[in-house]
Amino acid sequence: MSAKRMNLREKYQRMTRDLAWKPSYQSEDDIFPQAKYEGIIIHDWDKWEDPFRLTVDAYWKYQAEKERKLYAIIEAFAQNNAQLNVTDARYINALKLFLTGVTPLEYAAHRGFAMSGRNFPGAGPQVSSQFQSIDELRHAQTQIHTISHYNKYFNGFHDWRHMHDRVWYLSVPKSFFDDAMSAGPFEFVTAISFSFEYVLTNLLFMPFMSGAAYNDDMATVTFGFSAQSDESRHMTLGLEVIKFMLEQDERNVPIVQKWIDKWFWRGYRLLALVSMMMDYMLPKRVMSWQEAWEMYFEENGGALFEDLARYGIRMPKYWEVSVKEKNRLSHEVWSVFYNYGHAAAIHTWMPDENEMAWLSEKYPETFDKYYRPRFDHWHKHQKKNGRWYNNTLPMLCQTCQIPMAFTEPDDPTQICYRSSDYEGMQYHFCSDGCKDIFDDEPEKFVQAWLPVHQIYQGNCGGASVPEVLEWYHLKHGQDNLEYLDSQDRANWLRWKGLTEKAEAVLQKAANE
Amino acid sequence: MSNNVFLALQNNEEARPLIEAIEQDNAEATVQHFPAMVKIDCPGRLVVKRETVEALIGRDWDPQEIHVNLISLSGNVEEDDDSFALVRDR
Repeated sequence: MSAKRMNLREKYQRMTRDLAWKPSYQSEDDIFPQAKYEGIIIHDWDKWEDPFRLTVDAYWKYQAEKERKLYAIIEAFAQNNAQLNVTDARYINALKLFLTGVTPLEYAAHRGFAMSGRNFPGAGPQVSSQFQSIDELRHAQTQIHTISHYNKYFNGFHDWRHMHDRVWYLSVPKSFFDDAMSAGPFEFVTAISFSFEYVLTNLLFMPFMSGAAYNDDMATVTFGFSAQSDESRHMTLGLEVIKFMLEQDERNVPIVQKWIDKWFWRGYRLLALVSMMMDYMLPKRVMSWQEAWEMYFEENGGALFEDLARYGIRMPKYWEVSVKEKNRLSHEVWSVFYNYGHAAAIHTWMPDENEMAWLSEKYPETFDKYYRPRFDHWHKHQKKNGRWYNNTLPMLCQTCQIPMAFTEPDDPTQICYRSSDYEGMQYHFCSDGCKDIFDDEPEKFVQAWLPVHQIYQGNCGGASVPEVLEWYHLKHGQDNLEYLDSQDRANWLRWKGLTEKAEAVLQKAANE
Repeated sequence: MSNNVFLALQNNEEARPLIEAIEQDNAEATVQHFPAMVKIDCPGRLVVKRETVEALIGRDWDPQEIHVNLISLSGNVEEDDDSFALVRDR
């Protein structure tokens, strides 16, 4: 007679806790040297509860099924030349931003969770971290694989890994993850699993993937949702790690709150790139950044923080500022990219009349008043004198590394400047949130590799834009500049057999 | 402020009976359709019951199978052999 099948709880116990052992040759402090220096006090690692109770046998089974489904679709996509079915070639620029900005973060997360799994003394978090590390590697690989198909037809995809380490706006996602990975294991999981994945990741993947679905990019929808199915597990780990730290010792509460404050703001600033993707880069729009922020942060995040109130945790500091900025964020960021479109690995453009009408409708309080006049001016300038680019490099925020273009929380007409003095030098910030983060750890953030400073110091190939582009591995006139004059667009019209007039009709239809 | 939990599933053949089971077992659930995705909100608690899903698909169903078509969730996860639930913890 066969043994009775174990239930989920027993199986989880056997295949996680029961595989761990107490060391006898070496002390635990020597084996796990990073476990205590952050100040987090843990009394009993066995109190760690993984709500998903996932064990390695089930993990391989379900992950294999996800992969089979994904690769079937990727193959069908390539075989059917489905890159020609997307709404408009402008859409491809959202994928360029994803591959250069997000995919390397998946790989960084793979490394980060391998490190946290090694450094946590408890078997529960070791197992969850290990699964997540493998998940993140899978995400990086499937994204590279899927998007490689686009590299055969469009510019700007050719050297994304190199660009991630060098291009000015890509230092925003890169430095975000470097900051998390150079912290201790508890801060790392608070940053990535909780603040980024639990609180904010819905705003990255849901709009990107719904955006891909709306714009008929089935390959991206599929890798996105395949990754996102793991993400649900990661979010659950994020919530669990927070609750575990808070329940173990009340002295952990202020440390955790400080990390939540820091990483909410870091993550929110990073998502500024997503805001412009949603409002400007999708030919067919899903919802506005403002609507997404209301749905996924204000409503859903609000409910989450009410849950955590009984532990003494409050909403992250400066969340009100994010709400004040929600009807201007994407417009301010797209303006920056329009200014510096000659130094970017994506094409930029001005929204057409239909798109401007959509923006007016979605942003009735701000668009016509603050942004439409600026865009009209740029439109006119482009028609009369050619496309305008800004040849003065911008000042960057020392913390988030985004050009200083955000406006005062209570005055959308005034650029927000903050600064701090540290050891005889002055440092500049885009917001109170970024200034506070610096002031708490100045010795860390003075080391920031700021692209503009580096260019001026002569570390980026030379002093002129073409020299810097060469150092970025970008081909001037091919990977950068205005979309309307791009090789991508010329090819698109040729492949689709479209006249300019037909293109305009299609673009209009996408918006209706 | 809302105390909704939510579950987002892919809009595909495998997820449709799950959505139907959720609608049967959670009277207050609201189902919203997005491109390629379905988002289900429910105040306080949302449960997917093995028994209901099995009755709809006519085969054994393990609640962990939900991983394959899951996109996102919000709430505290409670999982055992017979159900998968999301709850607000207050």
